[in-house]
Formats: sequence, structure tokens, C-alpha cells
Amino acid sequence: MAATDVDVFSNEEKRNLSLGGHVGFDSLPDQLVSKSVTQGFCFNILCVGETGIGKSTLMNTLFNTMFENEEASHYQNGVYLRPRTYDLLESNVHLKLTIVDTVGFGDQINKEDSYKPIVDYIDTQFENYLQEELKIKRSLFNYHDTRIHICLYFIAPTGHSLKSLDLVTMKKLDSKVNIIPIIAKADTISKSELHKFKIKIMSELVSNGVQIYQFPTDDEAVSEINSSMNAHLPFAVVGSVEEVKVGNKTVRARQYPWGVVQVENESHCDFVKLREMLIRVNMEDLREQTHARHYELYRRCKLEEMGFKDTDPDSQPFSLQETYEAKRKEFLGDLQRKEEEMRQMFVNKVKETEAELKEKERELHDKFEQLKRMHQEEKRKVEEKRRDLEEEMNAFNRKKVAAETLSLSQPLKKDKDKKKSVKTENQSAVSASSSKVMMAKANVEPLNCQSWWQAIQCCTCLVHNATWKPGGLF
Amino acid sequence: MVAGESGMGKSTLVNSLFLTDLYKDRKLLNAEERINQTVEIIKHTVDIEEKGVKLKLTIVDTPGFGDAVNNNECWKPITDYIDQQFEQYFRDESGLNRKNIQDNRVHCCLYFIPPFGHGLRPVDVEFMKALHEKVNIIPLIAKADCLTPNEIKKLKDRIREEIDKFGIKVYQFPECDSDEDEEFKQLDKELKECTPFAVIGSNTVVEARGQRVRGRLYPWGIVEVENQSHCDFVKLRNMLIRSHMHDLKDVTCDVHYENYRAQCIQEMTSKLAQDNRMESPIPILPLSTPDVETEKLIKMKDEELKRMQEMLNKMQQQMHDKEQ
Repeated sequence: MAATDVDVFSNEEKRNLSLGGHVGFDSLPDQLVSKSVTQGFCFNILCVGETGIGKSTLMNTLFNTMFENEEASHYQNGVYLRPRTYDLLESNVHLKLTIVDTVGFGDQINKEDSYKPIVDYIDTQFENYLQEELKIKRSLFNYHDTRIHICLYFIAPTGHSLKSLDLVTMKKLDSKVNIIPIIAKADTISKSELHKFKIKIMSELVSNGVQIYQFPTDDEAVSEINSSMNAHLPFAVVGSVEEVKVGNKTVRARQYPWGVVQVENESHCDFVKLREMLIRVNMEDLREQTHARHYELYRRCKLEEMGFKDTDPDSQPFSLQETYEAKRKEFLGDLQRKEEEMRQMFVNKVKETEAELKEKERELHDKFEQLKRMHQEEKRKVEEKRRDLEEEMNAFNRKKVAAETLSLSQPLKKDKDKKKSVKTENQSAVSASSSKVMMAKANVEPLNCQSWWQAIQCCTCLVHNATWKPGGLF
Repeated sequence: MVAGESGMGKSTLVNSLFLTDLYKDRKLLNAEERINQTVEIIKHTVDIEEKGVKLKLTIVDTPGFGDAVNNNECWKPITDYIDQQFEQYFRDESGLNRKNIQDNRVHCCLYFIPPFGHGLRPVDVEFMKALHEKVNIIPLIAKADCLTPNEIKKLKDRIREEIDKFGIKVYQFPECDSDEDEEFKQLDKELKECTPFAVIGSNTVVEARGQRVRGRLYPWGIVEVENQSHCDFVKLRNMLIRSHMHDLKDVTCDVHYENYRAQCIQEMTSKLAQDNRMESPIPILPLSTPDVETEKLIKMKDEELKRMQEMLNKMQQQMHDKEQ
């Protein structure tokens, strides 16, 4: 129904009517202006260039303030971007300015990946905006737009041509952002060299198909100035925040022993042109281009990637809703499958580890058993020895007692003969026992030291007492 | 030898130094051709004569240095070239016919540091470190006409600091004798404090203050190459040609060449020693890795034995206690 209505509308002739009196809708532009002024504007600049080439100084010069900026070191490992947001106010127009600096660009020895962080950053900003756009409850008018509106690419003033890194980086960036190439530190190139240098750069850009930002020439008010500016690209700029007295004025300039380079002097450098183009004339166009061209391109690529199409094979307009549902189902299905897989894996792993643990336990058990057995063995042996020793001990004690009783009855000579036989027996027994003692002593560790020593001493005294007279006893 | 990125003004400076035009028909590469460029070595040899004194000057140019996107080891061709020259001289010196030795060794390397940065960049540091033991390095700040005097001073201090920090041995001017007069000593001191020299070169002659001088014409003024207050070109020229040329040659001969020679001979002898050892019945060298493995095994076994010993001792102790 809605489709047919629209058709009717466009085929209808538009009729011009003349007004009888002053209606008042000519105040629409003013309403727009006042609304914009209260809302404030937003502008994002990306500065790409080698360390020390003058990005921060140029920003300070362009906006006539001192943004806080520490000097970057040359020894960064990679390139990273440093965005800083400032709120500027000029005769009750608010500007939310974000300056993104590339730190470490061009410093590494291997610069093949230098462009990647920059491209990633730009894409992220687009992505954030896309997310906001696709939200159910969205607030686009309140959204802080961080998409990069312009990239100022700083070219080193070698005087010959672009560097290889410059070419590679610009090629990667030209479809994502508006690029304006700038020749930095232009006070080192003389006029004639500058002319040649600019021509060389432009021809290189063209021959490599790099699309830099062209100032728009459709709007009559600015077309003339824009087209003349287009011929001056790339701008050769000099930045300075120091003030120098020239004549009777104080201007921003750089003082050399051989002269003073004035920043705002058109014959010295193109700074004024850059400022005009960037801020005074084309800021709005830059924002529009970013939104209409670069962002739309990004959005289209991204959505196509996700599988959305504008029309399906039957050329019926595809509903976003249906596509979304289909995608969602697919996605959930994938998730479930993955979950199953992971669970399986987990279970398998647990089984494996359990098996391993059981193995280990068994081994430990075996070892334990073995050790226990060994221990038992040793214990047994030790017990045996102990028993032997005890036997020895007892035997000797008995002998000792017998020997003592013998010694008591020794002084009676009458009993000598009687005792002799007993003695000899005892003697031999003692000697035997003593020898046994000796032998036993040799076999056993010094467990019962004290008693043994005493025993031996008794033995010896016994031996001495027992008179080994030649042929006496035997 | 002159080394540095493209567009630093090396050729212009060489022309200014020797007041000739060495680079008449030079072809400069485009940016896209330079993406994967390798460093070449180009020699220009000229014979110049001044008041009966002849000088055979060889300028070794290194186009392509630091130009590619990936500059890993871009100084390798340069170090190879220098070593080659040393090797050739070494061979000639040890040869039989020594009358006509051509000395092609590099006596001095002028390294151009870009003035656009805040000091030395990683590629500068790496290059100088690779070369400081092979050749006399004289660092220069190129295109000094983009820096105000304050900035030049800051940059020079910065660079001197970083050279010390990274331990780069640049060419040091020799101390002057104590019996030289004060003026000379003063000049010498000034010279030393001025390194690295901030230079500007020019191929064109312009009219300034009524004279025709070499300089660069700008809308805001004229930079004179030979004006001491504009840049250090005069100091560099004096040092390089008028006062220290011989010293540069001496240092190259006595220090760098001798280092190279000693290194060469050491390598040769150690190689010979290795070859000799290979043939002996007890091969010491070839068993580098197997040794390590067997050692490991032995260590493991030792540890196991120790453990068993300890266990035995423990068990004995236990029995000991029990019996007691």
C-alpha cells in the first residue's frame, strides 16, 4: 500500500505556487542555525606523520591555543593512536574537537604494519556509530560522533618525492577517510624546489590511484576558491606558536639568523590556505563526506559481510527482520554444537586423567608393598641375631656364676684335688666358654658393651687365677 | 662514504664540499619503486687538484638506505662493502708485489641524521652501532635550515646524549698537543663542542650582500652555506679536508684495519685448530650435543644412587634404634 502511494507522489507534477504575502518560512535557515549553535559542533582530526615532524605544533597554530602535548620518543615498539578531546568556544559557537595523534609512526625499522593501528582505529569509530544506529533505543542526536572527519597526512620535506611508507599508508586510508596531504616543515624548501616537489607528489598519488580529498566545486559560493585551492595541494605549511616582532607587528613566526618565516604570510607558506580550507570553508562538507561516503561504504561492507542483502534472489525486498531471525537461529545452533563439543572434550580429558591417576596409585601401592616386605625381612634378621646374642649372653652369665663360685672355694687346698677336677672341668669350660666368648664377641656388634667388657675381664682374671702351670692342670 | 635516507641532502653536500658536481645525471626512484628497495653501493671517483696537490677522492654513495618499508638489516650491504675493502687490502698487503697497493678502504663515513625528529631514531642507532667499529663515523644533522638556533642546540645535546647512552663510538677529534698555541686549542675546543655538525648544502650560487655565494634563496632570506652563523658547513669542511684528513686516514689504518686484521687472523687460526682436532683419536669438539645428554643421564643416575643410599642409611638407623 505504501509503495503505490509513493509512486503516485513522484509522478505528480510539482506545481509552483506564488505566495500572496509573507508567510514566514524564510526563517527556517535561522532556526537551523540557532539550533545548531545550541547543539554545538563536533569535529575530529587525525594527524598522521613521523615523530617530530610538527603535528602538535601545527594543531596549536591552527587553533591558536596550546593543546597539552608531551614530546613523543622515537623508540616506541609500534604505532598507537592517542585521541584527545577538547571543548573550544568562539563567539558562542561550541566546538568539540578531537585530535588523534599517531605516536611512533615511521620510527620502527620494520614499518610494514605501521598502517594497521590507524586503519583499525578508523574502523572502530565507524563500528561504534553503526552499533549506535542499529540499537533499538538509540539517541543519534545526542551521540558523540567520534568518526574521523579528516586525516592530515604530514609529508617530510625531502624535496624528492613521497616516501614508500607514505604511499603505502595513504593507499590504505584513502577509502576510509578524507585525506589532505601536507608538506611539513616547509621552511626548508625553496620556492622552485617546492613547486617541483608538489608536482612530483601529486603525480605519484595519481599514478598510484590514491584518492585524496578534493574540495567541492558544486556549490557556487565556494567553487571558485575551492578549485584554485585544489591546485595548490599539497599545502606546504610551517607551524609556530612563538611570537616574533616584525616591523611594528607581533606575528607568529620562526626566527632564523637569515630571516624570519612568518606563518601567516601567504608568500612564505600555505598555512593560511590550509586554515581557510579546513576550518572556514569546508568543515561541514568534510563531515558530510565522512558520513555520506566513507561511513556508508563501511556500513555496506559490514552488513554484506554479516549476510544481509537488499534484495533476495526473487528480487523481493528482503526484510531485515527475517534475515536477522535466520542469522540468529544459525548462530544459536553453532553455539550449541560448540558447547557439546567442549563438553565431550572435557569428559574425555577427565577420564584420561582418572586413568592416569589410578595407574600411579597402583604403582605406589606396589612400591609400598615391596618396601614393607624388605623391611620385614630386615626385621626378622635383626631379631634372629638378637636372639643369638641373648643366648650367648645367658650362656656366659651361667659360666660366670659358675666361675665365681669356683673362685670362692679356691683357697682350700684340701679341696684342691677335688676342685681340680671340677676346676679343670670348669677351666676347660671356662676356657671353652672364654673362647666361645671371644668368638661370640667377634661375631656380635657392641650391643652390650659394658657387660661384655666386664665379662672379658672376669674371663682374663679367671684365666690368670686358673694356674696354667706346666702340666699343672692337665 | 655518505649514508642516510633519501632526500637528506647528501649529494648536495658532497657537491658543496668539493665544489664540483658529481651527480649530473642521477635518476631518482619513485616512492612505489622504493617500497622494497635494497641498498646499493655506488662509487664515484674523481681526481682533483689544488695548487699542485693531487687528491684522489672516492665518494661511496648508498642509495636506498632506509627507504624501504621494511628496513631490517638495511646496513648489511654497507658493512659488507667495508669488510670487502679491508679484505682486499689485507690480501694485497700479504701479497708478493706490494708496490702498487690501491687503498680503497673507507676512511670516513658521514652519517646524515634527519632534523625532523627529536633525536636519533632506531634505524640511526642500529646503523651506527653496526659500523662504529669498522669505520670513522661522523654524524651530521642534515638540512639544518629548518631549525632555529635554539632548536639546533637542543637537538645537538639530545643527539650527543643518545650517542653516549647507546655506546656508539663516533670519530673523536684527537687531543691537541700541549705546546700548541691558545688560539688553536680554542678552535679545537669549539670544534669538539659543535659535534654533530648541523650542515646545509647548496648546488646554487646566489647573490647576497653584494657577493656571489653558495646559498639557498628563500622568500624570507638567504641562507649562506659558508656563513658560520648560519650553519657548521665551514667547520665540517675544515675538519674533513684541511686539518683532520690525515688523522682520519691514520685512525682507519691503525685502529679499524688492525681490528679487522686481528679478527681475521684469529678466525683463521681457530678454524685451523678446529680442523686439526677433528683428526685426533679423542674427538673433543664434535661431541658437543651428545656430551650434554650423557652428562644429564649421569647426573640423573647419580641422584638416584644418592637417594638409595639415603634410604639404606635410614633403614639401618631404624634397625639400630630398634635393637637398642
